[in-house]
Amino acid sequence: MKSLFNQQQLQITIERLAHQLLENHVDFSATVLIGLQPRGIYLSDRIHHKLKTLLPAAQIPYGKLDITFYRDDFNTSGELHIAKETDINFSLENKKVVLVDDVLYTGRTIRAGLDALLDFGRPESVELLVLIDRRFSRELPIQPDYVGMTVDSVAAQKVRVLWQEKDEKDEVVMLD
Amino acid sequence: MSLSVKHLLGIKDLTPGDIDLILRTADQFKDVLQRPIKKVPTLRDTTIVNLFYENSTRTRISFELAEKRLSADTINFTASGSSVSKGETLIDTVNNILSMKVDMVVMRHSASGAPHFLAQHINAAIVNAGDGINEHPTQALLDAFSIRERLGSLAGKKVALLGDIMHSRVALSNIYLLTKMGAEVTVCGPPTLIPRHIEKLGVRVSYNVHETLAWCDVANVLRIQLERQNKPLFSTLREYSLYYGVNKTLLDSLDKEVVIMHPGPINRGVELNSDVADSKQSIILDQVQNGVAVRMAVLYLLAGKKEEALN
Repeated sequence: MKSLFNQQQLQITIERLAHQLLENHVDFSATVLIGLQPRGIYLSDRIHHKLKTLLPAAQIPYGKLDITFYRDDFNTSGELHIAKETDINFSLENKKVVLVDDVLYTGRTIRAGLDALLDFGRPESVELLVLIDRRFSRELPIQPDYVGMTVDSVAAQKVRVLWQEKDEKDEVVMLD
Repeated sequence: MSLSVKHLLGIKDLTPGDIDLILRTADQFKDVLQRPIKKVPTLRDTTIVNLFYENSTRTRISFELAEKRLSADTINFTASGSSVSKGETLIDTVNNILSMKVDMVVMRHSASGAPHFLAQHINAAIVNAGDGINEHPTQALLDAFSIRERLGSLAGKKVALLGDIMHSRVALSNIYLLTKMGAEVTVCGPPTLIPRHIEKLGVRVSYNVHETLAWCDVANVLRIQLERQNKPLFSTLREYSLYYGVNKTLLDSLDKEVVIMHPGPINRGVELNSDVADSKQSIILDQVQNGVAVRMAVLYLLAGKKEEALN
C-alpha cells in the first residue's frame, strides 16, 4: 500500500479545487453542485463547505445523485448494487452543473451519471470535478475539467480515497 | 447484497434481511416516482409477462406501471379470451410464452400453490401476485412499507387484521411479514372466518372489534370475500357490518387515533364505512401509491438474480 496524499495535501488540494471552481463560476448564481453516491459525496461535502466560506452570501444549490438504476452492468457485474439516496430538490434546467466524484477510472459511472442528470432537467452545461484521475484506463470518451491529482496506474492496482467521516482518516492510497 | 430467493412466491420464504432490503430499495424507487421523469432505464433488457388467471384492478395496474417505470417490456395475459378456455394447461401456456424470450412471470391464480408449482417447471423468475387463499406477498410488503412510512418502524408496533382471515391471502402474508419483523399481530373477526389454530403462527385471536381497535396502532381491514365462500359463514352482510364493520362512531369511542388500512377493493358499508375509508386516519390511497415503488423494488432485486433463476 502506497500513500499518495496525506491529510494536509488533501486539504490543500480541496481548497485549490474550490478556488478553481470560483474562477470559472464567479458568483455561483446559475451553478449547482452534484455529488455522486456513494463515495463522491464526501468530496462534494468538503467542496460545498469550502465554497460557503469563500462566498458567504451565495446560496449554492447542492444535491446528491445515485446512479445505481442507470448502470450499464446491471446483469453482468454479478453483484447487485444497493441504491443510496438521491437528493436533488431543485431543477437542473438551464443550470451549469458541476458533477463531483472521488476517482475517475473507466468513465462508466460518469456516463451513467450524465444519463441520470438528464432526468432532472436539461442543464446548460455539465462539468466534471474529480479528486483522482486515473489516466490511461478510460473505456469511454470522458475527461475531467477539474483534477486534484493525476495517477498513472495499471488495472490491477486500486486507488482508494479515505475520508475522516467514513474511514476515520483523510488519505489517498494505492493498493497493489 | 441480494435476496436469498430466486422467486417471490411468498413472505414465508423470506428472511427479515430480505424484507428489509426490499423496503429500503423501495424507498429509493418511491423517490424516483416523485421526480419529473418517473422512469429509470434499469430493466430495459428484461421482458415480463403479467399472467392473470383471476380478476384484478390494483395489483395488475400496479405491476404494469412498476415494470414500465423500470423500462422493462411487458405483455399482459388474462385467462378470459385466451387459449385456456380451449383446455391448454398452465405449464403449456407459460412455456409457450417463455419460448418467446420472456424473463420474468408475474402471476395471479385462484389455485393456492400455482406459482410454486410453476417455479418447479419453468425457467424464469416468478413473482406471486396472489394465489388462491395462500399468499399475496407484494401486498404485505406494501402494507409494511406504508406502516413504516407512517409510524417509523415495524418492530414493536401493534397491528390488527380485521375481518375475513379465513379466505384472505393478504392476512396470511401480513402475518408472516409482521411477525418476522417484530410487530405484534391480532386477528379479529367472527369465529367462522378465523381458521382454527391460527395462533400457532404467533398471533393473538380476538372476536371483539372494539377491544382490538383499542389495542392496536394500525388496523388493516380486510375485504369480505363472498366469492370464496361456498357455504354461508355469517347470516347477512348487515349483521356482519353491525358486529364487525369499522365506522366513525366506533373509532370516535376510542381515545386514540388508529391508522386504517384496506387492501381494496372496499365493500363500502360492509367491513368499512365511507366516513372512515375517506378520512384522514385512512392511508388506503398511500398504500396504492406505495405499491408501485414496492413492486419496482421486488422486480429490480429479482431481475438481478435472473441468471441464477435460469440455472
